[in-house]
Amino acid sequence: MKKQTISKIVEDLPPSGIRVFFDLVIGMKDVISLGVGEPDFVTPWNIREAAIYAIEQGYTSYTSNKGLLELRQDISKYLKHRYDLDYDPEREILITVGVSEAYDLAMRALINRDDKILVPEPSYVAYGPIASLCGGTPVYIKSQASKGFKITADEIGRLCDAKTKGLVLNYPNNPTGASYSKAELMKIASVVEKRDLIMISDEIYCDLTYDFDHTPFPTLPRMKERTVYLNGFSKSYAMTGWRIGYAAGPEKIIQAMTKVHQYTMLCASIVAQAAAQEALKNGDRAVQEMKREYKRRREFVITRLNEIGLSCHKPEGAFYAFPSIKGTGLSSMDFAQRLLKKEKVAAVPGTAFGSTGEGYLRMSYANSFDNLKEAMNRIERFLRKL
Amino acid sequence: MREILEILENNARTTPEDIAKMLHRTPASVKSDIKKLERDGIILKYKTIINKELLREEESGVRALIEVKVVPQKNLGFDHIAERIYQFPEVTSCYLMSGTYDLLIIVEGKNLNTVSNFVAQKLSSMENIRGTSTHFILKKYKEDRDILKQVQKNKRPAISL
Repeated sequence: MKKQTISKIVEDLPPSGIRVFFDLVIGMKDVISLGVGEPDFVTPWNIREAAIYAIEQGYTSYTSNKGLLELRQDISKYLKHRYDLDYDPEREILITVGVSEAYDLAMRALINRDDKILVPEPSYVAYGPIASLCGGTPVYIKSQASKGFKITADEIGRLCDAKTKGLVLNYPNNPTGASYSKAELMKIASVVEKRDLIMISDEIYCDLTYDFDHTPFPTLPRMKERTVYLNGFSKSYAMTGWRIGYAAGPEKIIQAMTKVHQYTMLCASIVAQAAAQEALKNGDRAVQEMKREYKRRREFVITRLNEIGLSCHKPEGAFYAFPSIKGTGLSSMDFAQRLLKKEKVAAVPGTAFGSTGEGYLRMSYANSFDNLKEAMNRIERFLRKL
Repeated sequence: MREILEILENNARTTPEDIAKMLHRTPASVKSDIKKLERDGIILKYKTIINKELLREEESGVRALIEVKVVPQKNLGFDHIAERIYQFPEVTSCYLMSGTYDLLIIVEGKNLNTVSNFVAQKLSSMENIRGTSTHFILKKYKEDRDILKQVQKNKRPAISL
């Protein structure tokens, strides 16, 4: 072909710098991987069983574009009961294929060419590229380790101009585990209002907040009308493979997102939606059990990392430790590769989550205690031999 | 205390040092808690769970659930007769039940004969026992929360963002 085959916008997307490293990990045997971004638990049985029952009952069709009304009603009730949030299940909630789709839809529904979207860094890899795919420009807010990797209202204000349309915030954060207290969020809310931004709040890890109560962004004064609240079932209920997320927000935005969703995805899997209903109805105990387990592992891993000389702030949520390796003088990628080759422990170089991740590694503690213990011992040995 | 119990119940070999790290406490305080739990008899002992399904038949033995109907004794209720039954080393568990029978006991023996003999000679002939009903266990699937089949590991990719 003489014509350029690949779209300019896709070609210009930054390549994933760590693909090579990933291939290296996947090609190796007997690796203890701390590189996994999903729970090590399987979905609780009652939820799996509900899905089997749904299949037996013949739940094999499409659902309404917005998702099963019963599930939206359950989500609405849950948000009301848990956070005193009012969302109309008919007009203000949309079931999506994971939060990933919900975020994509939000960007497509909101962005006009050259609109700017503020994205904290380090953060999950998709936020910037999706904004770019929609014709927007991601503007990265580089969070500081000294501030526990939290962005501040000042930093947001400084980066805003007339083209800035929205702010993405993911808390607890992947990869740093940083989260925000209500008081900290209030400061961010005030600049969001002052700069007339739309808030895209990805709260997928909300149930894994260990030291204080999680505050959803739309519960803050005057924020509900300008927030697209994104959440899902993957992390709380160990349901990553089911791909069920949802967006709740102002009717206008949800309707626009639904328009895109009906042309692209049509609807999320009906079986997975049935499973999600069971998760909301009878899943809380499992969530609390898993949370207790993660919390113990967090304490263990953070204590061990600091003990062996990798300084690490205590993450407030999610299931990631984000230790500094600056003391070793190695780059993140170099450290990760050597650690993998010498001790067969895989951890993700911080640079995978943006250039601010240089000098850090993401270590997931969604792994068995025995593996975590062994991994820490291996890292200790690795450091001693450096 | 509860958290220590939960951790040990799941893995009795977790060291006090590791528990201390998990709970963000000092090893000394965890050790003293464990000592207290042992002293108070809340922690009875530490055992190994053996998957006897994987042993050869002659090594694994047989088990039976036996429903026992009892004539309660004046002033002693069921406790006295229960005690007389559970003292037998063949009896691995003994419960007082609600419903159509009174005691449920679990008996372990080398083979069918040993268990049958125990029921016929020791149990049925005891005073105050009105009747027994023996159910042999054919296959164990799950015991005390442990699934006895080698469960396939969750096949998540080794790395994901």
